Amino acid sequence: MLSINAVNDFVVRFANVNGSGSASANNMFAKAIFRMGIPVSPKNIFPSNIQGLPTWYEVRINEKGYLGRRDGVDMMISVNPQSIVKDIAAVKTGGYFVYDNTRKLHNEIIRDDINFIGIPMMRMCMEHYKDPRKQQLFKNMVYVGALTALIDMDEAVLKNIIAEQFAKKPKLIPPNELAIKLGADYARANYECPTGLKLETRDAVGDHIMIEGNEATALGAIYAGATVMAWYPITPSTSVAKAFETNCKKLRVDPETGKKKYAFVQAEDELAAIGMVIGATWNGARAFTATSGPGISLMSEFIGLAYFAEIPAVLINVQRGGPSTGMPTRTQQPDIISTAYASHGDTKHVLLFPSTPAECFEMTATAFDLADRLQTPVFVMSDLDLGMNNHMSPPLKWDDSRVYDRGKVLTAEDLENMEEFGRYLDVDDDGVCYRTVPGTHPTKGSFFTRGTSRDEYARYTEDGQVYVRVVDRILKKWETAKSLVPKPQVQWSESETKFGILFFGTTNYSALEAMELLEEEGIQVNAMRVLAFPFTTEVEDFIDKHEYVFVIEQNRDAQFRSLLINELDAHPKKLIRVLNYDGMPITADNIKNQIVQKNPLAPQLASKPTAS
Amino acid sequence: MSYIKPTFRHPTLPKNKIGFAKADYEGKISTLCAGCGHDSISASIVQACYEMAVEPHKLAKLSGIGCSSKTPTYFLDNSHGFNSVHGRMPSVTTGAYMANRDLIYLGVSGDGDTASIGMGQFVHAIRRNLNMVYIVMNNGCYGLTKGQDSATADYGSISKAGSKNMFQAIDLAGMALELGATFVGRSFSGDKSQLVPMIKAAISHPGFAFLDVISPCVTFNNNNGSTKSYDFVREHIEATAAIDYVPPKAQISVAYAEGQSAEVKLHDGSSIHLSKLAPHWNPSDRNSAVNRLQAAKTKGEVLTGLLYIDPESQDLHELQNTVGTPLNQMGESELCPGNEALDSINSSFR
Repeated sequence: MLSINAVNDFVVRFANVNGSGSASANNMFAKAIFRMGIPVSPKNIFPSNIQGLPTWYEVRINEKGYLGRRDGVDMMISVNPQSIVKDIAAVKTGGYFVYDNTRKLHNEIIRDDINFIGIPMMRMCMEHYKDPRKQQLFKNMVYVGALTALIDMDEAVLKNIIAEQFAKKPKLIPPNELAIKLGADYARANYECPTGLKLETRDAVGDHIMIEGNEATALGAIYAGATVMAWYPITPSTSVAKAFETNCKKLRVDPETGKKKYAFVQAEDELAAIGMVIGATWNGARAFTATSGPGISLMSEFIGLAYFAEIPAVLINVQRGGPSTGMPTRTQQPDIISTAYASHGDTKHVLLFPSTPAECFEMTATAFDLADRLQTPVFVMSDLDLGMNNHMSPPLKWDDSRVYDRGKVLTAEDLENMEEFGRYLDVDDDGVCYRTVPGTHPTKGSFFTRGTSRDEYARYTEDGQVYVRVVDRILKKWETAKSLVPKPQVQWSESETKFGILFFGTTNYSALEAMELLEEEGIQVNAMRVLAFPFTTEVEDFIDKHEYVFVIEQNRDAQFRSLLINELDAHPKKLIRVLNYDGMPITADNIKNQIVQKNPLAPQLASKPTAS
Repeated sequence: MSYIKPTFRHPTLPKNKIGFAKADYEGKISTLCAGCGHDSISASIVQACYEMAVEPHKLAKLSGIGCSSKTPTYFLDNSHGFNSVHGRMPSVTTGAYMANRDLIYLGVSGDGDTASIGMGQFVHAIRRNLNMVYIVMNNGCYGLTKGQDSATADYGSISKAGSKNMFQAIDLAGMALELGATFVGRSFSGDKSQLVPMIKAAISHPGFAFLDVISPCVTFNNNNGSTKSYDFVREHIEATAAIDYVPPKAQISVAYAEGQSAEVKLHDGSSIHLSKLAPHWNPSDRNSAVNRLQAAKTKGEVLTGLLYIDPESQDLHELQNTVGTPLNQMGESELCPGNEALDSINSSFR
């Protein structure tokens, strides 16, 4: 049998039982590889359940730095009998199946084209630990220990991580180290170590960090000066709220009085959460909420109010599989249309599309500036993959000289020196009007905020002409927004090509890798990653420049493509759908295969450089 | 007639201690029906704020949707107002209050806005003891959509069209008591002498102050057989006590017979004096309030007055241990942890 041989380029998948304490061991595994200087991307594939159901942890190790998901498992660590048949089937030919051989495998599930590596995890734990809970927990460390031998993971690095993890509970260090030793010794004594899969220390992670997108998002909000967070629990956004609170406790408490410089309100539902955000921003604070698609649906009425009454708001949409309750623990990009045009009537909203935790941090901070500047809701469109998995990311960056852009807010002095104040007067001809915050001046600057039609002085009106004037002026802000949102990133092919690929958010990882795979197939493409909606002229130019543009996205209905067609009048025939919506992050192979299959110029023209 | 109020003032109009005339607390001309109870409540709000010398810009008025929610246009023109969405005034007020703890928040709602579409938010604002005055202008019907029964319409009450309401009424004051509201009162739009001091006391209360004000709908629910008509309420009203709000350091001018008065001290030094109509009634005993309310209901009477007050009330900011400085007044220097902190955050993720 041919065994897979690979150095620093393979996928390890752990098949665990939800709630069995495997997460901590699995995280240590990924972190150890990261600290060996090898780029790594772990992903949790988990059920909507607290205890007992199958859960997987998949780690892609890739020296070149491709961090997208890759299909196929080179080594499976099987600790869950419930899913063992499926797990054996998932291993690539020539791959490795590491399992607990305390109990013998049934003959009928044994494949002869993969390597079976039995480690008596439970038996060794029963021999060395008395407490049943510990027997269970240390089983996880035994397989991590076995991996140090099986794939040559640096044991010293792992021990350091254990020491850090249990710095406050040093009693737990020796039993953890024992588990590592048990696993490693058994593997070495019974199997050829390392297997064909091997780690080698590199210097390929630079100053990168390993962090979940949601944590970076929460930190971005703290750095941007958000003082009010109102939210309602919903996977996969809940950890944004948790991280906001945890970090605020460290960073936003007055050291002398112990009092909080933030308000954190768990609302009764998403409607109330966004209502609180709008109340707080109307009153001059920076406020935000974090939610997912179902929350956006529930918040839609209020989103329309904020849009029409022109009140800043920041919403983090950590997208998950829809529609309805959908696949709450799987990733997708399915809320593009529903967020871009959220609420009844003519509305459209600014969206930002981060693809790394560093961008979650930066774009969340930017979202607050944009919301204040444009006096409108701004959405950060993350997803479950980005939000809830650890990602290798450039470090979070903040410039200490950065000043919050609070937009056009009048002070008492401004009001004193003004001839007249009209809340919705377009004084600067950019569509953005001056606002006042309650409590500013005893007799000047008060106005009535309302979701009904109103004139430039915030007075209720049903006059059609006035209404048209107001909604057209709000549309003018949309043009202003185009000059403020982050511009797309473009990567040009070395040779001329008729093809472009266009994508956003977490598709980035796999799209860039797919470019290399396409190159091998003889197809050159130019690439554009869109960072924001409204689309800037660069997006239009990119589409114009190419005969065909493959729009890569993670939903069934090609929603981003619809948005391009709707907003830019792009010709639908030019925009070819490349889609993935099974709930798993899109892979480079998938992108490459779809582009090869759907290539309208295949086979003769595709690979040839063109003169245009 | 004119649809615009004059902006000039008679020079000899009396002014309150911060130099504002009563007219300075008024709003635009009401567009509600002539004789609407809501207009009387607006007038009581104007009177209370004038007498208390509330700085107009230190008060924010918020509402949901409906006839009642229109009224903030008709009072306190120098205050910021927010006419939000149907049933959602409590959440907007919660956010506003989190942003700035120094303003007075006056929320106005109706029985549809509170007891139906907004029930969830009403309940949770009470739970959090949000520091606000929450007035329900309660007329038992949906006025703006032409008179459908609301959830506070009494069982058996007859509508203008002659149909009998067969559903149980939601008693908002009773509910507020059950849910732990720290200030609960009920009044009648036609009884300004009771309503004005109640609004003042509610403004002084550091927590959720709920006022259920029966406010007849002259157009759709003032007919014979309606239990929210002017005539019915006047005939069936029963007051817990005559109430007098005494501002801080003021002389007590009302004399009460021995054993007949109760005094409740408020946090800001003001106090409420109650001339008890019923013996053995204690305004800071929640159980007795619940019992009294239930007893009145059984008798078919409308119990008004201050039903309950918790003088030890701790509002949401106190419960959350927020800093004294309003959060909306902080900038980069107070809020941004800076690059150095970020360096160590980055290191913790390596």
